[in-house]
Amino acid sequence: MSDLRSGSNLEKVLKAGHFAFTGECGPPKGANLEHLKEKFMPLKDIVDAVNITDNQTAVVRMSSWAASTILIQNGLEPNFQMVCRDRNRLAIQSDILGVYAMGVRNMLCLSGDHQSFGNHPQAKNVYDIDSMQLIALVKKMRDEGKFMNDEEIDGPPRLFIGAASNPFADPFEFRVYRLAMKIAAGADFIQTQCIYNMKKFREFMKMAVDMGLHEKCHILAGVTPMKSVGMAQYMAKSVPGMDVPEALIQRLRDAGKGKVAEEGIKFAIEQIEEFKEMEGVAGVHLMAIEWEHRVPEIAERAGMLPRPKI
Amino acid sequence: MIVANPKPISEILDMIKDLKKILILGCKGCVTVCNVGGAKEVGILASTLKIARIKGGNPVDITERTLERQCDPEYIAQVKDIVHDFDGVISMACGVGPQFLSEAYPKQRFFPAVDTTFFGGAVQHGIWAERCAGCGTCIIHYFDGMCPIARCSKSLMNGPCGGSAGGKCEISKDVDCIWDMIVRKKMEQGRLDDLVRFKPSKDWRTARDGGPRRSIREELVI
Amino acid sequence: MRLSYPSNIKIIQVPCTGRVDIIHLLKAIEDGADGVYVAGCLEGECHYLTGNLKARKRVNHVKKILMDLGIEPERVEMYNLSAGEGPRFAEIAREMYERIKGLGPSPVKMKNAA
Repeated sequence: MSDLRSGSNLEKVLKAGHFAFTGECGPPKGANLEHLKEKFMPLKDIVDAVNITDNQTAVVRMSSWAASTILIQNGLEPNFQMVCRDRNRLAIQSDILGVYAMGVRNMLCLSGDHQSFGNHPQAKNVYDIDSMQLIALVKKMRDEGKFMNDEEIDGPPRLFIGAASNPFADPFEFRVYRLAMKIAAGADFIQTQCIYNMKKFREFMKMAVDMGLHEKCHILAGVTPMKSVGMAQYMAKSVPGMDVPEALIQRLRDAGKGKVAEEGIKFAIEQIEEFKEMEGVAGVHLMAIEWEHRVPEIAERAGMLPRPKI
Repeated sequence: MIVANPKPISEILDMIKDLKKILILGCKGCVTVCNVGGAKEVGILASTLKIARIKGGNPVDITERTLERQCDPEYIAQVKDIVHDFDGVISMACGVGPQFLSEAYPKQRFFPAVDTTFFGGAVQHGIWAERCAGCGTCIIHYFDGMCPIARCSKSLMNGPCGGSAGGKCEISKDVDCIWDMIVRKKMEQGRLDDLVRFKPSKDWRTARDGGPRRSIREELVI
Repeated sequence: MRLSYPSNIKIIQVPCTGRVDIIHLLKAIEDGADGVYVAGCLEGECHYLTGNLKARKRVNHVKKILMDLGIEPERVEMYNLSAGEGPRFAEIAREMYERIKGLGPSPVKMKNAA
């Protein structure tokens, strides 16, 4: 295990060849610790690591680094998310050092939703660096022990570097190349956008496998169970870069009143079963938005339990 | 050119509410080309303000002038004999105008009539679009003549982000995704290799982030 | 045809309504006109292709300015009719006359006189 880059649980699970399972938790809109715990405690021992979102959809919430440290205190492993929207390179690097000092070992590097989506659209947007440059920066800090300006770091942060990939955004033909760029920049693992169009995802994974990307990086497939027909329609129409086939919406509709949520979970489980067999997919990232308490059940039914202890 | 929008008339009326005698100064540069601050717009603003003030029972005396440019002391000097005859001066130039005027005539008060927005061009008559962010280090040759700094909502140098859909930006269906355009052009020209090369982070010192900028051309300075 | 129309309407002839600019309409209001309207050719039949369309845009802009100033935008209007429609011309003149009469004198004129 000497070749471990961070020593995080997620890294160990993936490197041991297990099918990884990560969850997600959005910090509360406030400093309500009990609310935060309510959201992440159901994920304990159910997932290998929990993504802690960073002001997702540009809505102000408890900071991702603070929430990440609270997870650690409670015996869960966070996957600290960081967006480039809110910080310049000074804040980015100091936050990286800070989270590492507090015990964070996984970090997901993102551009971030534009602030016009959120609850402070008047904000100045930073974007000093982009997500690709952030990946390269974390790698440099870890592997070279240097800041962006080439100064030595006293105690380099050893983080397992994650990046996102959206196979469904346009232009589709370029998406796999951008994934390859993120891997070349230093991504150790990839979590994809929520997948609903399985046909398109198979196509995407085939391209990734043909390019040998799955051998250089662990690719986790993104799953978000649909809770209602309304949610499916909203995602189909109003979330840019989201691909929800009409057939899935129809399937949820056909489930009938009171059974839509169960149908959504069934579809998610079918997806997980398929991902287990799909070449190049190293795990699943389950983003159960405001549905964290249903994750244990989904994990159980999808045969993801018990999680490996390494 | 520098593009600007007219300020709401209520805002201008509020700025000049205590003034009785006003000079409105247009500019024959960019703001004439983008139909916001040339001689024609000076006339329209003057008439509008007069109508409003007559209606309010507080008429205002307005003189109209339009300078060659307001970003050059030589032209600013052309109003030196009259500028102090007024209670205040409204400049219809970009943000440079009221400032050059203020510097030249520290005793007078100057008010902006336009909201200066961006460096861009007219994509059709009446519609202007941003093309340059004035970052001080041009990189458009990497992107086949398209600037992601000015035209990507996140100024991504390694785009497109996951919010690009159907050629549009995630922030609005009215905003083109410049990265979609860059990628398509590269693909059409068979030069995708250029694009998959990592673009390192930008040195923003040449942009506004490095503090207010000056440009000194030694061969011209006497 | 010797059609009659209200005598307090002052006609200003232009070669094409495309010549009418925002400032002309504003000046009329500023100088105390209670209303001002533009009578252009039928849309699609402009000899200069878009003159009457431009005029309509400008009329609409002046309506917006008047609204911003708290003055009834109905005091400014755009009409389209062909050169051969004498009766329609007279009808529009009466229509505009009635409209302005209903609105009363322009607030600009009243204050100016006072």
